[in-house]
Amino acid sequence: MLLKELSSLASPLSSGQVDKLKQFTAELSAVQLAWVSGYLAATSEQGTSVVPQATAEQVITILYGSQTGNGRGVAAELAEKAQAQGYAVNLVSMGDYKTRQLKQETLMLFVVSTHGEGEAPDDAIELHKFLASKRAPKLDKLNYSILALGDSSYEFFCQTGKDFDVRLAALGATSISPLVECDVDYEEHAAKWQESVLEAVKPLVQSTGASVVSIASTTQSATASFTKQKPYTAELLVSQKLTGRDSDRDVRHVEIELGDSGISYQAGDALGVWFTNSAALVSELLENLSLNGDDQVSLGSDTMSLRDALTNKKELTQLYPGLVTGWAELSQNQALLDISTDKALVREYVNNNQVADLVQQFPASVSAEQLVSLLRGITPRLYSIASSQAEVESEVHLTVALVEDEREGVARFGGASQFLASAEEGQQVNVYVEPNNHFRLPENPDTPVIMVGPGTGVAPFRAFMQQRSAQGIAGNAWLIFGNPHFEQDFLYQTEWQQYVQSGELSRIDLAFSRDQAHKVYVQHKIIEQGETLWQWLESGAHFYVCGDAERMAKDVHQALLDVVIKFGGKTPEQAEDYLETLRAAKRYQKDVY
Amino acid sequence: MSEKKLAINEYLKTDSDYLRGTIQEGLDTAVTGAFSEGDQQLIKFHGFYQQDDRDLRNERKEQKLEPLYSFMLRARVAGGVCSPKQWLAVDEIASNLTSSNSIRLTTRQTFQYHGISKRNLKTIIKDLDREALDSIAACGDVNRNVMCNPNPVESKLHQQAYAYAKKLSDNMLPHTKAYAEIWLDDEKLVTTEGEEVEPVYGKTYLPRKFKMAVAVPPDNDVDVYTNDLGFIAVAEAGELVGFNLVAGGGMGSTHGEVTTFPRLADDFGYIKAEDTLKFAEAIMTVQRDWGNRENRKLSRLKYTIVKHGYDVFKAEVEKRTGINFEPKRDVVIGDRGDRYGWKQGVDDNWHLTLFIEGGRVKDLPGQPLQTGLREIAKIHQGDFRMTSNQNIIVAGVPAADKDKVEALARQHGLMGKLISETRGRSIACVALPTCALAMAEAERYFPDFLTKVEALQDKHGFLDQGIVIRMTGCPNGCARPFAAEIGLVGKAPGRYNLYLGASYEGTRLNKLYRENIQETEILAELDGLFARYVAERETAETFGNYTVRIGVVAAVIDAAKEFHG
Repeated sequence: MLLKELSSLASPLSSGQVDKLKQFTAELSAVQLAWVSGYLAATSEQGTSVVPQATAEQVITILYGSQTGNGRGVAAELAEKAQAQGYAVNLVSMGDYKTRQLKQETLMLFVVSTHGEGEAPDDAIELHKFLASKRAPKLDKLNYSILALGDSSYEFFCQTGKDFDVRLAALGATSISPLVECDVDYEEHAAKWQESVLEAVKPLVQSTGASVVSIASTTQSATASFTKQKPYTAELLVSQKLTGRDSDRDVRHVEIELGDSGISYQAGDALGVWFTNSAALVSELLENLSLNGDDQVSLGSDTMSLRDALTNKKELTQLYPGLVTGWAELSQNQALLDISTDKALVREYVNNNQVADLVQQFPASVSAEQLVSLLRGITPRLYSIASSQAEVESEVHLTVALVEDEREGVARFGGASQFLASAEEGQQVNVYVEPNNHFRLPENPDTPVIMVGPGTGVAPFRAFMQQRSAQGIAGNAWLIFGNPHFEQDFLYQTEWQQYVQSGELSRIDLAFSRDQAHKVYVQHKIIEQGETLWQWLESGAHFYVCGDAERMAKDVHQALLDVVIKFGGKTPEQAEDYLETLRAAKRYQKDVY
Repeated sequence: MSEKKLAINEYLKTDSDYLRGTIQEGLDTAVTGAFSEGDQQLIKFHGFYQQDDRDLRNERKEQKLEPLYSFMLRARVAGGVCSPKQWLAVDEIASNLTSSNSIRLTTRQTFQYHGISKRNLKTIIKDLDREALDSIAACGDVNRNVMCNPNPVESKLHQQAYAYAKKLSDNMLPHTKAYAEIWLDDEKLVTTEGEEVEPVYGKTYLPRKFKMAVAVPPDNDVDVYTNDLGFIAVAEAGELVGFNLVAGGGMGSTHGEVTTFPRLADDFGYIKAEDTLKFAEAIMTVQRDWGNRENRKLSRLKYTIVKHGYDVFKAEVEKRTGINFEPKRDVVIGDRGDRYGWKQGVDDNWHLTLFIEGGRVKDLPGQPLQTGLREIAKIHQGDFRMTSNQNIIVAGVPAADKDKVEALARQHGLMGKLISETRGRSIACVALPTCALAMAEAERYFPDFLTKVEALQDKHGFLDQGIVIRMTGCPNGCARPFAAEIGLVGKAPGRYNLYLGASYEGTRLNKLYRENIQETEILAELDGLFARYVAERETAETFGNYTVRIGVVAAVIDAAKEFHG
């Protein structure tokens, strides 16, 4: 719609608002307008929904807690199905959900994932805590069901979902359909759960035909038209090594052309990348199993060659416990049987081996059909986007560490990272954008940002800086980066130098862990610069962390606590509260994996 | 007086607060491994150059990494003499704090490190300081490391000559406390107005580098005539009594600029030993006051002497010292090579000169040279002397330790390989990949090149005769190529200018014979010349003299007029 046609009649705005909008937008250049439109879209996605929510009695509230976007996808799908059946639905991220509304709810469906060692995803942390606290109200009016997403290679599989289930029941809520635990290949189980909950709600809710539906979080654009299930076939432009020749890591800068797909993304989003397994790996597997790649196998309703299935459809570079136990039975190898009965050993094995290792170490006779049914389906990998469209337009850039491991003289690679690192210019790659509304630049350009991104965790901050640079924001940006060696592993060094030179990056602190006798990491820099950091936080800075969840993010959190205690003069509890307040105010955001 | 536009370095020096500049800020900037442009000039006075691995420039640009910057730090070791304890420290630093993992012996009798990262500079300088070593004025527009013949035989004369080299070195050292403040954490001194920080140098130091050497005849290993200022020892009854003073030598020139040229020093006459410092200071201050400060390419002492004339310059020096030069004494200027193997000194101690190819002390496959010298240093009671041919002498070994030292040297590949007479006298500069000036390879390529020359000498039946061959990557001339019988100076990758006609002893310059030619052409030229030489040479005629006698090239006596054209 053209601006001059904008009237209060054709919009949900009042005439006063329309006037203000017209006045404001008239002052903007084309570039500014484009930015504002993106900004407003993002703001509305973040759930400050202007659509009034239907009254609690009539509505199914669907809450999702999602780190990688899978949970959000399942929840959105459920919302659409429910809507199609005539139900009023309120789909909302747990991070945006007001807990005081809980006691009015009568029907809630939860989709929640679990990360690392049984941890809740970022947007679910607050609700998870609240339900476990004394403040949680009685919920005896509430009917609910939970879909728990997880990865069975972790010890606390689907723990967050289980926690919700236990707490809701303890608070008096009634489960209308039992908790379903989903592994990495969740699609089938998720679909069944959707069916059964929609069946279960029938007697509880009146279908109203055309009620108000609020689905605040689905992205209404081309981005959404290309999804995990329906990715866009893009063209790879560049896969350039970023680390020096003497580095012991291979980190790639990957540029992908989105062409005229119309896909848009924001700084902070992730890109889902489908990949194919390497031909060498597939051949090795076929040879070790004495199987013929040309044999036909059926996958669901499709029939294809075994080689095709292994290359394109099956996960070969990540093991899962079910495969280890299944293989133990097949091989009847005592050593493997011993491993398979001990959860901890299985986990360790799964973390340190691939399918090809398992097959090689524990020979077993298996048919082509057996093999494909044992293997999990291939899943795309998510990479934090390292570019801003304000700078690179129809391209999307990634920072990819080649996962490389040597086992008994054989090099094993990560599936997607090897695919991207060895990709040649012009290669096709199937991608989709996974929005991450929990990792966003501040709305106010004057708000300072502190970005902690060691290793490939620096990727989204390159996007942030491109975005800020395009917006003409100078200063108030602080990058804390770390890696093993200054000379070899300073990812995007020359770009940071330019941002420092131009003043767009006002501070940069570097932790090169192996350049001196004692190891120095980003958390040490946080403590070393504690006083300044505290001043930044107190002046309203947003604090971002991206990278390793297992150790780095925890160490950084602890360093932050130490800084708040030392320079904020707080007790450890007050410091935790301080950071919790930051988190709730979206001033402490994490993109960790 | 009209304001002349000075060379940019002059303003940098003036504004540097006696060589401090913003070096400290540069050290604190972690986002780059480099110093700012201005500081890159000032750090030379502190003994190091910023370099980068030129082999990797393009690759790293693609990797979004800055060039692989590192620093070459050169120590100041007057006369090249250091103790075993110092050597062990030098060795440890090379192993722990440099990426080249090596010690490079230089053509000016000191050692340098390659591949030091900015963050390690301070540690290295502190470590050196702990062993009473430093890098002050090892580079920059000041008096550089003072060379001195390490003559192992005339041990007494060497001691006396060395004492003068050391005195010259100490006396001409800059007085600024910048080095101690920045690198050794000495308290920062505030320079007050009117304070005389540098009584000799002044705020702007010299217009250009200044090199001194002390020669002890008949050896001319220090290549005394290639220095700005040279002292040729004159002995009476085995005691040092004075020097023949020579001045105005220097190798540096620029390809294609005929106003620049290499030059050998002029003889100025004899001075008494006790007047040595007086003369050195007078010549240095004349250069300070008269030297060209507008164009750095024309600012060495040699150009000052040519510009003002020999007589005028000499008179000014005599005026400043209040002493007239006496007629030069007769001395023999002989070989520039080292005396490999064991030699016994007049004090009965033994001295072992070890050939170090390219001056590179490094553990090579089958030749753990660095380890070998370390093992020797652990048991050695005398001293080490670095030679101007990039070799090292294990000096002052008592007869009782001789076998032990030799066993270690042999065990580590430092001894036992036959070195041809030519190879033993030939040197190359560092050049690629680290030197910013290099246009072609030198150190990395030279050993193979020499093997090919040796084959030609063998073919023509005179492999037993030494020819002084020198190769540099550029005409700056660190390996003194213009004083070589066969000089090769880099023009472009794989291409060199071929110079011929210098005397064997280093008393006459060479001259351009062929320009910008590749290895096959160089070898073809030499093949032809060697054939003629063997057929036509007179008794004991050296290759350099032969090429001049038969007119392959004209003799260069007055370099300003005759080196070009």
